[in-house]
Amino acid sequence: MTGLARNPQLDANGGLRHLLTLEGLPAAVITRILDTAVPFAAIGEREVKKVPLLRGKAVFNLFFENSTRTRTTFEIAAKRLSADVINLNIGASSTSKGETVLDTIDNLTAMDADIFVVRHSESGAPHLIAAHLNATGRSHVHVVNAGDGRHQHPTQGLLDLFTIRHYKKDFRDLSVAIVGDVLHSRVARSLVSGLATLGTPDIRVVAPRTLVPTRVEATGVRVFNEMHKGVAGCDVVVMLRLQNERMKGALLPSTGEYFKEYGLTPEKLALAKPDAIVMHPGPMNRGVEIDSAVADGERSVILPQVTFGIAVRMAVMSIIAGNPGPRE
Amino acid sequence: MTPGLPDAEGTLAALAERMRGGVAPDAAFVGIYSGGAWVADRLATMLGAGHRVGYLDVSFYRDDYERAGLKPNARRSALDFDVAGATIVLVDDVLYTGRSVRAAINELFDYGRPAAIELAVLIDRGGRELPVEATYVGARLSVARDLDIVLSRAADGTLALAAEPRVAR
Repeated sequence: MTGLARNPQLDANGGLRHLLTLEGLPAAVITRILDTAVPFAAIGEREVKKVPLLRGKAVFNLFFENSTRTRTTFEIAAKRLSADVINLNIGASSTSKGETVLDTIDNLTAMDADIFVVRHSESGAPHLIAAHLNATGRSHVHVVNAGDGRHQHPTQGLLDLFTIRHYKKDFRDLSVAIVGDVLHSRVARSLVSGLATLGTPDIRVVAPRTLVPTRVEATGVRVFNEMHKGVAGCDVVVMLRLQNERMKGALLPSTGEYFKEYGLTPEKLALAKPDAIVMHPGPMNRGVEIDSAVADGERSVILPQVTFGIAVRMAVMSIIAGNPGPRE
Repeated sequence: MTPGLPDAEGTLAALAERMRGGVAPDAAFVGIYSGGAWVADRLATMLGAGHRVGYLDVSFYRDDYERAGLKPNARRSALDFDVAGATIVLVDDVLYTGRSVRAAINELFDYGRPAAIELAVLIDRGGRELPVEATYVGARLSVARDLDIVLSRAADGTLALAAEPRVAR
């Protein structure tokens, strides 16, 4: 049982052992995480914003790639669960001295790590770590993917789903438009997987041809190259950050031109439903993909997304750490 | 109704009668989900003295997380009053090992420091594993260890008790 043959995220009972991707994750598991995040969100409103679930557990934040928001919200989430949190900026330590990722993991496991939160620029790195732990009899150590390359960012996808459900209640009659740099976006991949699993009938990808992945229609989304058609009548507009740092070659004429065609302005938002909400995973490029009047406007739920992100990450960590699996 | 079990409504009336005059007029009732929440609602209505009602879900404070994991269907605790300085009557349907009450007391203190905490239970079935005692009891029962006493609520709000084989967790 190496874990590579089947979905390494799930244990033999179908419980969540690692969170690596939303692709193929059953609706019941996603719904359970979203449901569990509701009472965790309430803890953020209390005098003492802590519960004792992960007391004595060690959560290692392994960020092979930079992040502020994701690392911080994972740290807050783990601390609110009473875990000990160790932040490792790997780029600046072992790997630069030549240690492999799996050697790093073995060393940290020897320091009694319980949960690894992994951010990596290479797609599949968290999967590799989880498969390694499963295959070496350490399936009681859990892995949460905090974003891998262009592949997946499952906790961001879950917090987006939580936000949509919070404001719109039911996925089964929604139109959701995901606008912008879909090609480079792991956020978009996770969100599309989750929305489809929960039965969203109309998922749209709105982007210039150069920023749409090939054969994306196969995932069940509708592709629009014109913004005004793409956002027309939708309930949710998810804006993506233009990821200049991942772009190789000339995919766009200029950011000014991009804003003119795909930037979300009050005029373009007016084409969506009157009660449509606006989301953005952050960090925002104001004046590139979103106008300040929209980002700070009354339809924007961008800051609630951040707050919900803490509750969703608490739910994920408390569910996986509660599925210890056999100690081989 | 399972034979041998008391009638839930009659037991509830007996519990309310014991609390009348004993409970501080400004005490808040805090029901432990789910059965305790139903009992707290009914007690507040029956006593008719304007007691505030709140609800606790103790899932995040349970002592069996390590071996049983997180319970599904955790609910949002809702205490819409200041716990600091309040007199609180914790309310549960069945008092058994005392572990839920321990968890509830710990959770209450994360909202603030209450002036006092009392405990009201519909059924005390003995079998304590912690030094916890109820202030007000509806009925005392002796029940086989392999049975759970389960409270249910009908659509019209009527409560009923049943004995069910214990589900291993």
